[in-house]
Amino acid sequence: MDYDTKKHIIECLDKGVRYDGRKKDQLRDIEIKTGVIETAEGSAYVRCGNTEVLAGVKMAVEKPFPDTPEEGILMVGAELYPLSSAKYESGPPDNKAIEVARVIDRGIRESKSIDNKRLCIAAGEKVWTINVDIAPLNDDGNLIDVGSMAAVAAILNAKFPKYEDGKVDYKVKTDESIPFDKIPVAITVLKLGNHYVIDPSDLEQDAADARLTVTSLEDGKLCAMQKGGDNPLSIEDIDKMITLAMIKADEIRKLIKNS
Amino acid sequence: MKTKVIIMVYNKRIDGRGFDELRPIEAKAGVIKNADGSAYFKMGKTIAYAAVYGPREMFPKFQQDPKKGVLRCNYNMMPFSGAGERVRPGPSRRSKEISMVTEKALLPVIDLNDYPNAVVDVFIELPQTDAGSRCCGINAAAIALADAGIPMKDLIAAVAVGRADGQIIVDLNYEEEHLHEFIEVESKEVADIPVAMIPSTNEITLLQMDGIISKEDFMNAINKVKGAIQKISEIQRNALKDKYGESIENGESIYNGESIYNDSDDRTE
Repeated sequence: MDYDTKKHIIECLDKGVRYDGRKKDQLRDIEIKTGVIETAEGSAYVRCGNTEVLAGVKMAVEKPFPDTPEEGILMVGAELYPLSSAKYESGPPDNKAIEVARVIDRGIRESKSIDNKRLCIAAGEKVWTINVDIAPLNDDGNLIDVGSMAAVAAILNAKFPKYEDGKVDYKVKTDESIPFDKIPVAITVLKLGNHYVIDPSDLEQDAADARLTVTSLEDGKLCAMQKGGDNPLSIEDIDKMITLAMIKADEIRKLIKNS
Repeated sequence: MKTKVIIMVYNKRIDGRGFDELRPIEAKAGVIKNADGSAYFKMGKTIAYAAVYGPREMFPKFQQDPKKGVLRCNYNMMPFSGAGERVRPGPSRRSKEISMVTEKALLPVIDLNDYPNAVVDVFIELPQTDAGSRCCGINAAAIALADAGIPMKDLIAAVAVGRADGQIIVDLNYEEEHLHEFIEVESKEVADIPVAMIPSTNEITLLQMDGIISKEDFMNAINKVKGAIQKISEIQRNALKDKYGESIENGESIYNGESIYNDSDDRTE
């Protein structure tokens, strides 16, 4: 990001306007569609401004990890497809893709929304594995929040495939949903100069001094956080950013519930 | 006296289509805002997105061609796009080969002489598949290249033909590729022949084949593909006209499965 563009973005914020005309705490318009992919057990499409993401759930029956023989396995993966932005290149996931996947994964995992014990078929032998994959179609910033929304909506949309005689029949979906009782919502707050900005566009993301992703739950508890960016944050900064994130999380939770 | 009754088993397609009838098609140009050109192409339950970036500087530099621009295609199935188990992310032998043949299928109509040292990247992503994914990807890529303004003398169109249970069929779906698993058949032999063509000349730019088929049946199949190619080509053009606001004279960019031949007599109902 060149100095002049960054300066201009901050000068706009000083006047209370963002580059795209939004207020500092204003989300872009959000569209959530579920059940969009027939080959997945659950799926969702989320568009937030010009950022568009698909998420799909695939389930399988596998051997559990030896240290948690009675628990099912949840995995969230993300790839930054070069189809979605000129910034990305083909190849194995780089650090950015891994961070996106891991921050979303942590938010869902640590919320304890999924009762892993209920995914157990035979202790030490067979458990359900839930793979959630996030596929960006067009990246215009805020992939973590949008991806997290899509992942949660896809999990809520998912139905178990039929399991009989030790085999999964992917052609037949049952009526059973994944046991998922809380709705974790990730909100990324940027620090730009002296301003806090949510739902950042690609440009704002590049200009940011620092960012904080806060994943929170309905009951007001926090379940995951991640600080990013090259500059430090003060404790006062973090206080204000968490407060902002929790207010906005409630807005998004309503959207996910209604989808 | 013993009489053997021979039954032609596959006299009606599983999904009720005519033998030369394509699956329903939906095509859109300009679906990915960040890309220089892009397209969405849906054939039955197979969906492909294609995005074109470029001409832009080629990296790594040693792959640059000082005489002309390079076309680079990348085909990828999303992890949740298969009907069975999750597809492991990252390139596989299969996806690398398909990327290569896609490149060769599109190249003959593209002129990159004005872009030395540059690359035109075509990224094809499949969120949902039900056979015919390489053809669907090529159809999307051709629209995306035109949308990006890459100089081309025609739009490549692609479709699979094949032979299942003694019958030549166009645009096979997954069930037809594995016919004996779904219905009782006289012969388990299934041939699958993906073909890409230059619609204005009927020249073939992609030809692959797996399965068992006689030369006679093969020639028969390959001749049957022309009508389907013309139909796809028309849908591709209409998708572009849709985006650029030109009035559409014949048909639309959505095809809902009437027969593509007026004089078709082997259509099932």
